[in-house]
Amino acid sequence: MTRLDERSTAGKPLPVREHARLLVIGAGPAGLSAALEAARRGVEVVLVDEHPVDHALMGLDVPFHFGQRMSGSTRNKARMIETIAAADARIAEAFEAGVDVRLGIAVWGLFSQRPGLRWLRGHVAGLSDGETSWFLSFDAAIVATGRRDVGLAFPGWELPGVMGVTAASALLQRYDAFDGRTLAILGSGVEATQFAKTALSAGREVVALIEPAEAPRDPAGCAELAREGVPVLTQTMIARAVDGSDGVEHVLVRGVGSDGVDARKLVCDTVVLATGAAPVIELLDVAGAEIAFAPCRGGYVPVLDTDGRTSIPGLFAAGDCAGITAGKTMDAAIAAAEGTRAAAAACDELAGGSAKAWQPAPEAAPRPADEDVEAVRSAWVAASMAVADVETHLCQCEEVNLADLLGVRPPRYLAGQDGERKSHDLAALAADGQVSQDQIKRLTRAGMGPCQGRRCREQVGAVLARATATPLARMPLPSHRAPVRPLPLSAFAEDQEPDLLAQNWEGWFGIASQWEPFWTLSDGAGTKDRP
Amino acid sequence: MSADGEYKGADVIIVGGGVSGLSTAWWLARAGVDVLLIEKGIVGWGASGRNGGGATHHQSPLFAEEQRLWPLMDELLGYPTEYQPKRIRMALSDAQMDEFRIGVDNTRGQGFPAEWLDAKQVREMVPLAGDTVRGGVYYERGGHANPQRTVQAYAWALQDLGGRILQHTAVTGFERRGDKVVAVETSAGRFSCKTLVLAAGPQTGVLTALLDSEVPITPARAEMIVTEPLPLMPIGGVDGNHLYGRQTLRGNLAYGGGPHEWLTPQDDAVAARPSSPLARNVAKRLAELFPKAAHVRVIRSWAGVIENTPDGRPVIDRLPTAGNVIAATMSSVGFGLSPATGRAISQLVLDGRCDFADLSSFRLSRFGNLSPDWREERGWVPPRTDDDDARAA
Repeated sequence: MTRLDERSTAGKPLPVREHARLLVIGAGPAGLSAALEAARRGVEVVLVDEHPVDHALMGLDVPFHFGQRMSGSTRNKARMIETIAAADARIAEAFEAGVDVRLGIAVWGLFSQRPGLRWLRGHVAGLSDGETSWFLSFDAAIVATGRRDVGLAFPGWELPGVMGVTAASALLQRYDAFDGRTLAILGSGVEATQFAKTALSAGREVVALIEPAEAPRDPAGCAELAREGVPVLTQTMIARAVDGSDGVEHVLVRGVGSDGVDARKLVCDTVVLATGAAPVIELLDVAGAEIAFAPCRGGYVPVLDTDGRTSIPGLFAAGDCAGITAGKTMDAAIAAAEGTRAAAAACDELAGGSAKAWQPAPEAAPRPADEDVEAVRSAWVAASMAVADVETHLCQCEEVNLADLLGVRPPRYLAGQDGERKSHDLAALAADGQVSQDQIKRLTRAGMGPCQGRRCREQVGAVLARATATPLARMPLPSHRAPVRPLPLSAFAEDQEPDLLAQNWEGWFGIASQWEPFWTLSDGAGTKDRP
Repeated sequence: MSADGEYKGADVIIVGGGVSGLSTAWWLARAGVDVLLIEKGIVGWGASGRNGGGATHHQSPLFAEEQRLWPLMDELLGYPTEYQPKRIRMALSDAQMDEFRIGVDNTRGQGFPAEWLDAKQVREMVPLAGDTVRGGVYYERGGHANPQRTVQAYAWALQDLGGRILQHTAVTGFERRGDKVVAVETSAGRFSCKTLVLAAGPQTGVLTALLDSEVPITPARAEMIVTEPLPLMPIGGVDGNHLYGRQTLRGNLAYGGGPHEWLTPQDDAVAARPSSPLARNVAKRLAELFPKAAHVRVIRSWAGVIENTPDGRPVIDRLPTAGNVIAATMSSVGFGLSPATGRAISQLVLDGRCDFADLSSFRLSRFGNLSPDWREERGWVPPRTDDDDARAA
C-alpha cells in the first residue's frame, strides 16, 4: 500500500484566486485580435497586459530598455492606465465586447502538469500588480507577449539616454511619455526607419541613422527619411556616448575600420538602439514549450502548428513572440491575423473539449526583407567589439566586459591580492565540449543581474558564438526563470498559504534519520561512542 | 574506441561530474593517479551546482574534515570557491529555537564551539533581521561557498593536474571480467579501467543495478529563489525559518526549502527545468526571516534533482558484486561535505580504507533486508497525474 509522503508536493493544494476560460497575455495587435475573436465567439476572455509598467521597474530597464527616458508622468499609474487604454481604440472595443481587460498586470510564470510538477492540476498563470501576486487557472491561453530589444554595448551605452527602439516606441505611442528630443538612431533596418518616421511626426528631431554596414538595411525607408532631411550614415559606428547633466549629451561617431581620427560629434540627448529585436519567449520557455532556432524569424521561437499551438496542449502563441519578420514589423495586420487564427483554434478546442493532435508547421521560406539573425547579430557584435574598451560592460548589471567573457573570469570582487582573477579561458572551456551560455553566466555573472539579462542576453550569446566559431543556431538557449519580471519579496510572497502546506513545510526532506549523529547509529555503524 | 583503433582508458574512472565525483578525481590526481572523469552533460550541472552552498554538517563522520578543509580549499584548488566561514541560524519562535538544540549538542560534542544568541544579539549580527526574531545560534565554524564556482574550481584544478574530463558522454554499460569491471562503455566508446567510482547522483541506482548491486535511491526535485543584490551583511551564512541558504558574496539572498517532488530516474533530465509556484512560499518565509529585505526583488528561481537513500544517509562502499567498484551517493547532502568526501573516497581507492573518518555508517549492507516496496512504503513516488486518475477511473 502506497503511503503519502506529507513533506512532498503530492496532494498539496495550490491557492488559485480566479479562473479564466481563455487567458490572453499581451494587448498588442495579436493579443487584442485574439481576445476580440474569442469574445465574438462567445468565450469568456481575460486579457492581461503588463503596461503600464511601474516607474521603478522601468528604471531597471524591464521589460524594455527604457534608458531613463520615460517622463515623470509614468510615476502616476492611474493616469498611465488611461493613456494606454486610449492609445489603441481596440482596447475600448475589447471592453465593450465583454473582454475582461486588465492593464498593469504582469504574468510572471506559466505552469502546467509535467514531470517535476506532477502535483499541479491543469494550467496555472502567476499574475502580479506589483503589490501582490496570485494564481489564475485557465483552460487555454494565447501568449502574445511581443518583442523586446537586443542591446549593443559601446563606450557610454550605460548612460541615461541610451535606450532600445521598442522602449522608445512604447513610450512615444502607448505611454505618451517619451522624454527624448533629439535622437540618434543606431541601425538602418525597418525597426529604425519605422521609428524614425513616427518620431518625426511626433515632433522629435532625428539627427541621423548610424549604420556600420556598407548599405542601409532598409533602403526604401532610408531613402524616404533622407528626403525629409535625415542623414543616413553608413559604414559608421558610434565610438562613444558622452555624458552631460542629464545623461547623453552627444555621441562621437567614426568610420568603420578607422582608428578614430575621423571621429565627429553628433549632438543628441538620446541614442535609440535599433540593433535587433528578440521574440519575448520567457513565459513559453518557463512553461516548458518546445523552442527552436528560426534564423529568419528573430532567433529562438516556440515551435508551433499552423494554428499557433505550442507543444503544450491548450497553450498557443501569436504575434511577435511567435517570430519576428520584416513584414510583421511594418504591418500590424499580420500579427493580428495570427491572433485571430489562434483564438479561433483555441475556441474550437474549448467547445470540443479536447486538444487536436499536434503537428509542427514546416518553416516557411523567408522573404527577401527578412534578415538572417546569424548575420545581423554577428555584424553588430563585430561593430561593438571594434569600439569597446575595458570600461564597456556588455552586462551592465554585473559589469562584465568582453575580456571577462573571453577569459571566463570570475567577478572583480574575487580578484586575488595581485588583482588576478584565475580561470581557464573560453577557448579551453570550448575544448571540453559545447559551451553553454548558462555556464558562462554562472562563472562570469553575465546576465545574472536585476534586469534578468534583457540587455545582454543576445549579445553575450553572439560573442560566445563568434569566439568559439559556433553557429548561433547551435548555441543552446540560455534558460528563462520565473518570476520573469523582478518582483519584491513582499509582492511575490504567497499570502494564501494552505494550512496543509504550512504544517508540512520542512527546510529539507524531513527524513529524521538523515540528521542522526553518526556515532549514535546502530545499523552498520562501527562505533557507538561519541568521538 | 578512438580513431586510431586503440582502446582508451585510465587507472581510475569516475562516472559522474558532480561535486563528489569531481572532488574524488581531484584528490586522486593530487596523489598522482591517472584519472578520467566521465559526465553525461556539463560538470556540476546537476544539484552540485544548484544547492544552497552550506558547509555545516555536524551529523556526519566527515564533519571534522569538512571544517578542516574548507578554509584551505581556495588555496588548494587555485581557483575561488567563495568560501566564507561562520553560520548563524535564526529562530522566529520558541519551537524553532528548540529545533537547534541537537545541532548545538552535536557540534559541541565534536569539540567545535556553538553559541546561543538572544534576539538582540541576532539583530546586532544580522542587519536584515527584524522584530520577528526570537533568538539563534552562532557557529564559528561551518560556512558556505558558491556551488557553481566550486564545481568549476574542482574541474579546473583536476585538469591542471593532468586529470581528464569527458563531458557530454553517457555511460551505457560495463565490461566485466570475473568480479571486476575492466571497462566502461559510453556514447563516446569504451574506456578501460583498473578501478571504477560511480558517483552519478540520481543515476547511481540505475548504474549500480547494471552491476547487480543496486544502491537504493530515489530522485526528487527541490527548488530555490534568489533576489537582487543587497549590501553585504557581516556574516552571509544566515538561515532559519525552515529555509536553507545564504547571502552570496555579491549580495544576493539565495534560499530554498519546502516540499520536494519525488521523481522517476527517467525524469532526471527534464525535471530540473520547470520553475514551480512554490517559489512564492519560499519568498514568504524569506520575507519573514528578513523583514528589512521585504522590498528586495526576486529575480530568479531554479530547481535541482537530488537523490536519497531509504534512511537519507550516504552510501560510500565497495560493491559486493564488483570488487573494484566503489559506489558513492551523499543522499541529498553532498556539496558542503565534498572536500572531505573526495578525500575519503580517494583513500578507499588507494589504500582500501579511510584514515580520518569512520565510514561504517555509509555501508551498503545496511539495506540488505530492504523491502522491495520501500519507495511505496515511504510515499517516495511521483504524485498521481490527471492521466493516472483517468486510467484508474
